[in-house]
Amino acid sequence: METLLALLFGLLLAAACYMLLARSLPRVILGLMLLGNAANLSIIAAGRVAGTAPPLVERGAQALAAGGSNPLPQALVLTAIVISFALTAFVMVLAWATWRAEGTLDPETLRRAEPPALPSTDKEAAAEAEARP
Amino acid sequence: MIASRADWLLALPVLVPLIACALSAALRGRARAQRLVTGSAAAVMLLAAGALVAEVVRRGVIATQMGDWAAPFGITLVADLFSSAMVAITALIYAVTAVQAHADPGVRAEEGLWHPLLAALVLGVAGAFLAGDLFNLYVWFEVMLIASFGLLVLGGGRAQLDAAVKYAVLNLVATTVFLIAVGLAYGLTGTLNLADMARRMPEVPNQGAAAAVAFLLLAAFGAKAAVFPLFFWLPASYHTAAAPVAAIFAGLLTKVGVYAMIRAVTLVFPAGQDWMAPLLWAVAAGTMVVGALGAAAHWDIRRILSFLIISQIGYMIVGLAIATPLAIAGAVLSIVHHIIVKANLFLVAGAIRRAGGSFSLAQMGGLWRRDPWLGILFAVPALSHAGLPPLSGFWAKFLVVKAGFEAGWYVLAGVALATGILTLYSMLRIWIEAFWKEPPEGAAIVALAGRERWLVLGPVAALALVTLGIGLWAEPFAAFALAAGEQLAGRDAYIAAVLGARP
Repeated sequence: METLLALLFGLLLAAACYMLLARSLPRVILGLMLLGNAANLSIIAAGRVAGTAPPLVERGAQALAAGGSNPLPQALVLTAIVISFALTAFVMVLAWATWRAEGTLDPETLRRAEPPALPSTDKEAAAEAEARP
Repeated sequence: MIASRADWLLALPVLVPLIACALSAALRGRARAQRLVTGSAAAVMLLAAGALVAEVVRRGVIATQMGDWAAPFGITLVADLFSSAMVAITALIYAVTAVQAHADPGVRAEEGLWHPLLAALVLGVAGAFLAGDLFNLYVWFEVMLIASFGLLVLGGGRAQLDAAVKYAVLNLVATTVFLIAVGLAYGLTGTLNLADMARRMPEVPNQGAAAAVAFLLLAAFGAKAAVFPLFFWLPASYHTAAAPVAAIFAGLLTKVGVYAMIRAVTLVFPAGQDWMAPLLWAVAAGTMVVGALGAAAHWDIRRILSFLIISQIGYMIVGLAIATPLAIAGAVLSIVHHIIVKANLFLVAGAIRRAGGSFSLAQMGGLWRRDPWLGILFAVPALSHAGLPPLSGFWAKFLVVKAGFEAGWYVLAGVALATGILTLYSMLRIWIEAFWKEPPEGAAIVALAGRERWLVLGPVAALALVTLGIGLWAEPFAAFALAAGEQLAGRDAYIAAVLGARP
């Protein structure tokens, strides 16, 4: 099971890297989502998949019976899913606002904060590049 | 168990901004009440952080378990000298940015959002400094990150949107790398508690995997700290934010990354793998030089200051690379000094923008003749930043370079000294262009006057006094940094405080 999860982790990570390098913001966001899911899988795999029974301690027993799953990685992944949901929502709104403001989603042409003319040793040229809002 | 004094002191720096965040979010639309909440939260946090520092100085490392779940199973809050000092400075920066924001038109237009987001950012930063467990550190990083997204786009200019895209994507990749490292570290050691992990990491049979975890953590924290070669998001975004936002970002955010690096390396991987020292060496030298050179090629004050943040992060990494107690003390003092000076320089940049009409050095001048006080208040943090005696930056650099020479790291110490000269060059350029040069034709001339002048320059003066204080009464601060360095290098006190006298 861990081997399968590890292979899936690698596959998701490779796909995420490919998408993150794309010249289109929606693809980059998909890459971020895949990366987040790859991270979640790695936590499940690293926490060992010992069993699939719910991790409930029997009445009167002091410890979890064999075959119970490890609850801690599940708690971690649950937290991570919630966080990445919120962050993904923010980035999607950000991309939408960028598209409305600039009319493009190509990161290569989004240079408003970093004009191509900068940095410059020529003071006048730099001032002109900075002055453009 | 009844909560003791130490328990309260550890919880307050997290509770106060949390309550402030909730209250000011509920009071949205009532600016006066929100200001009252932020002001009193900053004051209470400052007092609580002061009491925390006093308690840690008196009793050594203190720790508390949330909900009384014994370590390493519960959520642990820990404070040693280093983290308590960081919390105190966070409270100080919270207070001064809250005051200066009153006078900033960009922030005032969005005040309903500014107060809760500022409190959330401070909450994340303070939580990260006190977290005693790796997953909680991750969660605090995320709290900080999402608040910083909101603050960065406050006002919603087009350049800000562009900056936020790069900032958000690169930072999200970095935190996901951190999350993968957390999962792998848990798989290797079976624990997430930092103190427990510190004991178990050397016993892990697969030391190659431990090295991979160490590398992933360094990469994730390094991206947060904006070290070479992972710094690209910083000069792409910081200059677009509103002045008080840029000040709090410049002061606190990257330093949380440096804090996490120092904590992870000194506590969990102290023996150091043999690849770690050369890697940190190269990162430190690259960060210092690239930051200083980038600053020299820009003409916008905020862009220059953004690159100088990167350059100063290099000094802190130098301390971490050398890793003797003296060098770590130098890194601690560098961080303390840098947070104050950098936040102050960005606040001054906001004031220069108000008085000179522009952030661009080409489009202003003659400020010295019009407002000498502004010049003096710029000179103090600028010269301190370049490391001139008798200001705080001199002592920070002195400790780092002295440790470098003592440990035989001559080249790195030489690079650190040369970087100081390049930093001075950039500062002199701002001085000559903005203050001495005749103003170019058509430059906007606005006089800062009345209440606004006090709100803008008051916080700057307060931070300049702290810088002067650290410089002139260096002895107690240096002693504090040395004790913090010993404590970080020693690490036994930390582990004992968290885990108690367990068999």
